[in-house]
Amino acid sequence: MSAAPVATGLGTALVLAVQVSVAVGLAPVVAGLTRQSRARLEGRAGAGVLQPWRDLRKLVAKRPVRAAGTSWVTLVAPLALLVSSLLLAALVPLVATLAPALVPGDLFVVVSVLLLGTVALALLGLDAGSAFGGMGSSRHMMVAALVEPTVLVAVYALSIPVGSSALGLIVSARRDDPSSIASPAGVLAVVALVVVVLAETGRLPIDNPSTHLELTMIHEAMVLETSGRDLAWVELGSWLRLTVLLGLVGNLLLPWGVATTADVGAVALGVLAAVVKVSALAVLLGAAEVTMAKLRLFRVPELLAGSFVLAFLAVTASYLVA
Amino acid sequence: MNGQPLNGGDTSGGPENGVRADGTRTRTLTREQLVESAGALLAAGHRLALVAGHDDGDDLRVVYLFTRAADDEAPAGLRTELSVVVPRADAWVPSLAAVSFSAGRFERALRDQFGIEPAGHPRPRRLVHHAHWPDDWYPMRHDAGDEPRFAPDTSSFAFVPVEGAGVYEIPVGPVHAGMIEPGHFRFSVVGETIVRMKARLWFVHRGMEKLFEGRTPEQGVELAEKISGDTSVGHALTYARAVEAALDLPVPEADVLVRALLLELERVHNHVSDIGAICNDVGFGIVHQHTQRLREQLLRTNREVTGHRLARGAIGIGGARLQALPDVAALQEVGERVRELVQVALDSSVLVDRFTGTAVLRADQAAEMGVLGYVARASGLDVDARRDHPWVDLGPSFTVPTGGTGDVLARFTQRVEELAVSVAVVAHLVERLDGRLGTGPLAQVPVGSGTGSAFVEAWRGTACHRVEIADGRLRRVSVADPSFFTWPALPVALADTIVPDFPLANKSFNQSYAGNDL
Repeated sequence: MSAAPVATGLGTALVLAVQVSVAVGLAPVVAGLTRQSRARLEGRAGAGVLQPWRDLRKLVAKRPVRAAGTSWVTLVAPLALLVSSLLLAALVPLVATLAPALVPGDLFVVVSVLLLGTVALALLGLDAGSAFGGMGSSRHMMVAALVEPTVLVAVYALSIPVGSSALGLIVSARRDDPSSIASPAGVLAVVALVVVVLAETGRLPIDNPSTHLELTMIHEAMVLETSGRDLAWVELGSWLRLTVLLGLVGNLLLPWGVATTADVGAVALGVLAAVVKVSALAVLLGAAEVTMAKLRLFRVPELLAGSFVLAFLAVTASYLVA
Repeated sequence: MNGQPLNGGDTSGGPENGVRADGTRTRTLTREQLVESAGALLAAGHRLALVAGHDDGDDLRVVYLFTRAADDEAPAGLRTELSVVVPRADAWVPSLAAVSFSAGRFERALRDQFGIEPAGHPRPRRLVHHAHWPDDWYPMRHDAGDEPRFAPDTSSFAFVPVEGAGVYEIPVGPVHAGMIEPGHFRFSVVGETIVRMKARLWFVHRGMEKLFEGRTPEQGVELAEKISGDTSVGHALTYARAVEAALDLPVPEADVLVRALLLELERVHNHVSDIGAICNDVGFGIVHQHTQRLREQLLRTNREVTGHRLARGAIGIGGARLQALPDVAALQEVGERVRELVQVALDSSVLVDRFTGTAVLRADQAAEMGVLGYVARASGLDVDARRDHPWVDLGPSFTVPTGGTGDVLARFTQRVEELAVSVAVVAHLVERLDGRLGTGPLAQVPVGSGTGSAFVEAWRGTACHRVEIADGRLRRVSVADPSFFTWPALPVALADTIVPDFPLANKSFNQSYAGNDL
């Protein structure tokens, strides 16, 4: 089996609908799991895994208060972020490696969609005209500019042995040939990818999601002026990104269980596997954050440059070793 | 100075020159003599501890309290008060801003509250009063009358504009995202580098000094405890000792030891809290969580020992009393846990990288600005009122650690070392108390008159109170929290610091807003 079997259009659509629903349902829980595991390891009781769901429910019911002088960007950006994250959830192989017929789950498409959300968030930060939002956006774009090339190069390194840049094919190929997972190129690329996932989703050591210090924030600074429903969309969109990217890392590391057909049993297994993998990674992420301090802002480029080097080495290795 | 006439019976801080019962030399000067005399004292190694205005009815009076650390020549330290009488109709004093940085700030407060102009001050701007206070209403004058109507705060905060390509401003506060006291900070920034930072405080100005007036000395204690919540013991003790100096009241030995014990307990719980909070500001939350737990344990110890979590109510005029002695083993256990946590923190290379070289306050800068407490010691200044103005023997384990590098790391390790010293001192004091709990405050403070001052090394630094009592009533209580001296050093330390490091730098200073604003 060298390529994922092409299912019928209706089947694919159904499977993708399941995948997106699973991602949406799981996203707040992923946020809850990282917070809860961190809390428990720090010796706190924690608010519970479902707290982000409760927060979301509360926020959705609230009318947003928008700062005076904001433009249509404030109206649109939260939705743009959410839509880009939903699209990402459809494109990245999470439950199944089936690719939608119209938009291929191609690496370049995925990175572009990712960037779409990033830019929407940066514009949102700028729109209210507060110093914090601008500061957050400027830092966010600095990080994004360093992250995107690494994502491209890392996934490119993974695509070389497969001969395709479609993420679904890469995952299937790794499942069919587990030795490629432990290959130098594969390991280097995944490590590089993990670093950029942390940066892209605003986790330690790049950004501190639990800080209350306005001046140190990146992600939080951009959303300081956002409230109510708008904030709900931004939060859900951000958690979705985290969930999908963790799912991608999970499937690259352990490609088993992913559905390759639209078969009900396979999809059910795929859902279960995705939930388990993502949850495990979320707990691991929370646990890792306990041991980490936040880098000085000007050390972040050094870390990201390091991850770029890893990705670049992965590309080199995949040519030399393979 | 030995040639001055002695009149130990001086009670009012009044016009005559002399030496009070507590050894304070008093001199009354004309305005023309002030600059020269103050300059001579500063040159002789004194520092300015307090400037207090007084309304004596016909005239206003300004008292400058200078102090010098204990040495072989004067084992109890030196105190000199310069008094200047200022006619109400022609209220000005020559500014000392040129010879003492802190004098310049005291004078600005004096101008706001008493309407005494500091002549020749380089920047005679408002300090205590924000723009909504009326221009000609001076609350500390006795004829000030009722609170006036406040005008809207129309004039925006004057801060030095920094111009140039790419410079922008970030206003922060006074309402912050976290649970901290109110302060407004204006940053002028290029990229992420702070070019200049100005702090606007006095949002929690409660008129503490005014509130003391007319109370009996006993009634002043609860007020002193509320000058700054985390320094309840420090200020209550400074106040009580100032009153005792004014009325020449003795304190039994056990009560002196109890007071020293409470002061160290306060230092311990605050340092434990700070150690965690500094780590939390670089996202290293686990240390913070555990220090919070230990702090809670210490506060419960306080409650067992005194009946109050912040140890309020234990210190009074003429004594102090405990309900129980603290469990030394438990305290040493806390000290040990903190030592472990600090090791965990310092094993994180990222954390050490964030702390090292961040927000450096050089020793010469600290000395010039008159910085006090752990901030001064972390910059290498050897100042500690427990040694410089001794009032109790703290035993052989008492040392004054001084760092040197003046960065966040130095201020962090300074607290760690001071904590260890305090735990050892508490153990020593408990041993010496040998089950005694102190006799407690005087049931009846004798009605008398007098003037006295006191210095106590509260956990943040040297607190100073000066009281004037007339016929059993507080006529004037002037307070100088160490934060008043140390706050202005923060912007200096921020030179070349990046914006995201400001909260860390601020936390490493952790100055009191309430204590500064009074």
